[in-house]
Amino acid sequence: MENKDNNKTPVSTRVIAVKVDDLTVAYNYKPVLWDIDLEIPEGVLMAIVGPNGAGKSTLIKAILGILKPIAGSVSIYDKPYDKQRQLVAYVPQKGSVDWDFPTTALDVVTMGTYGSLGWIKRPGQKQKKAALEALEKVGMLAFKGRQISQLSGGQQQRIFLARALVQNASIYFMDEPFQGVDATTEIAIINILKELRKAGKTVIVVHHDLQTVPEYFDWVTFLNVKKIATGPVKDIFNDDNLTKTYGINYKVSIQE
Amino acid sequence: MNSAQIEIQLIASLVAIACAIPGTFLVLRKMAMISDAISHSILPGIVIGFFITQDLNSPLLIVLAAFTGIITVVLVEYIQKTGLVKEDTAIGLVFPALFSIGVILIAKNANDVHLDVDAVLVGELALAPFDRLLISGVDVGPKSLWIIGVILLITIALLIAFFKELKISTFDKGLAASLGFSPAIIHYGLMTVSSVTTVGAFDAVGAILVVALMIAPAATAYLLTTDLKKMLGLSVFFGVFSAISGYWLAHVLDASIAGSITTVLGMVFLLVYLFAPSKGVIAVMYREKQQRTEVSLLTFLLHLKNHNEVEERHVNHLREHINWQKVRAKTVLELALKNNMILIDNDVVSLTQKGDTFTSKAIDYIITNEDAQIEDMKDDFFLFRG
Repeated sequence: MENKDNNKTPVSTRVIAVKVDDLTVAYNYKPVLWDIDLEIPEGVLMAIVGPNGAGKSTLIKAILGILKPIAGSVSIYDKPYDKQRQLVAYVPQKGSVDWDFPTTALDVVTMGTYGSLGWIKRPGQKQKKAALEALEKVGMLAFKGRQISQLSGGQQQRIFLARALVQNASIYFMDEPFQGVDATTEIAIINILKELRKAGKTVIVVHHDLQTVPEYFDWVTFLNVKKIATGPVKDIFNDDNLTKTYGINYKVSIQE
Repeated sequence: MNSAQIEIQLIASLVAIACAIPGTFLVLRKMAMISDAISHSILPGIVIGFFITQDLNSPLLIVLAAFTGIITVVLVEYIQKTGLVKEDTAIGLVFPALFSIGVILIAKNANDVHLDVDAVLVGELALAPFDRLLISGVDVGPKSLWIIGVILLITIALLIAFFKELKISTFDKGLAASLGFSPAIIHYGLMTVSSVTTVGAFDAVGAILVVALMIAPAATAYLLTTDLKKMLGLSVFFGVFSAISGYWLAHVLDASIAGSITTVLGMVFLLVYLFAPSKGVIAVMYREKQQRTEVSLLTFLLHLKNHNEVEERHVNHLREHINWQKVRAKTVLELALKNNMILIDNDVVSLTQKGDTFTSKAIDYIITNEDAQIEDMKDDFFLFRG
């Protein structure tokens, strides 16, 4: 009997979107990520899970070149990140920016187009149109002129998502997009992420809520300074890996 | 007005504009203290440049001083990166050290040098028109005017060219880096412009006023707008306004021009701080008072909705039962009546249809926190503005 399920396709035959080799990142000479090897196949919706301080955000930042690793390399579709910027969109943690900054929702989303413009060139009508479309996709068109501090936490997260969508990238990196958002927004966001996957995009999410991993994601990476495991959720999301990652006896209560 | 007066006001205005532009970004980046550090620590650069050229307006001074400014920033970041002290401590360590080197250099050579610490701290705007720029024997105006004019032109050109980059790296460093706009390049670019502007303005207004002109107009503008371009425009406006009215204040009081301009800057900030329409102290107090009343109103309406018994809805009972002061109960009753949310019949209060719908909607909103459906309510009630 042959199983035609997409996730059963051997990793070796799938196109690799992101490849991380021997990556080590240190803050003040103390390694926070230790010798990470990781292959993320194209078209997966992947959660990165691990305890606080496991280096989840650091991994994303190192892949995106925001942090300089002390060893190792990263490639996006077989080329260094610098050459593939246009293929990648990034949603930082909501708390990483000052929401009192004097700007509007539309303006923040327009920032997503800056990468395709390059230095000096200014956004024009085309960029504005793309930003409005992205706002509509996340259900925030009515708030386009709103100053960003006047938005709720969930709305701010949608704005960040819209800013990534406007980049029209192939690979999306998101740092805890569900933190501090209400249930409605969480569902809205996960639906958009699933749509992205359906369109063949690769989505990588730093995630905290272990309960929702099997429901939201099809791929998972366990991380705790070192890589514990990576692969399809249905194969590797089990008590064994959770215990190895979190260091305590873990029981997945809702696994089907 | 004689031509010297016009020239002084012109120089002061150009300095104000040149300071307001980088100042806006420094305020937004929460780096106001860095401008204080730069304005002091460029002193050794100026002194050494002066020893070499014997000319306070030599371009070499600007280059050397800008270089010392950058060194300040680098040193502060280096000390901070060790993780042993916080940023403000690092700033407090670096700039007095550099500043005192400048002070010692001046003191050691006080006899043969026309440069004193007083002039460095508060500048000498009144003397600026006496130092003329001569091009093949023709007087083309005060040297300081030309220097700050050129610096201002460069600043404006850079602002126009890199506005988008400045905005994105100030708002979201991580995104800027991931999109290929190196935040480090923009950071040091801004620091260089701030240093050069500080040097250019130094001779005219001194180290203390430079800080005031960079920070005060931007801080004032920040309270008045939620748009970056408008904030820049308002900063420039407040800077120029304070420069010119400060000049005339000094004229009337026969006092230091730099001191008067700084005083006006402080007064303008204070006024805006108190009276700004949405972020000002008074507006915030008023809004909080409104919110308190509205929470009371909602509590009251909810009580009516939950109780059908006549005794629970009697005016006097409400005062006792909900435990309000008399004044408060009266305000709330009046507010509800004014909005046609209740009816009072024989001192018994009941909800109108409108009051009933309003209460349900408000409770819904508070429970689900979904605000799309009650956008219309937001205009009437501060409470629902998040």
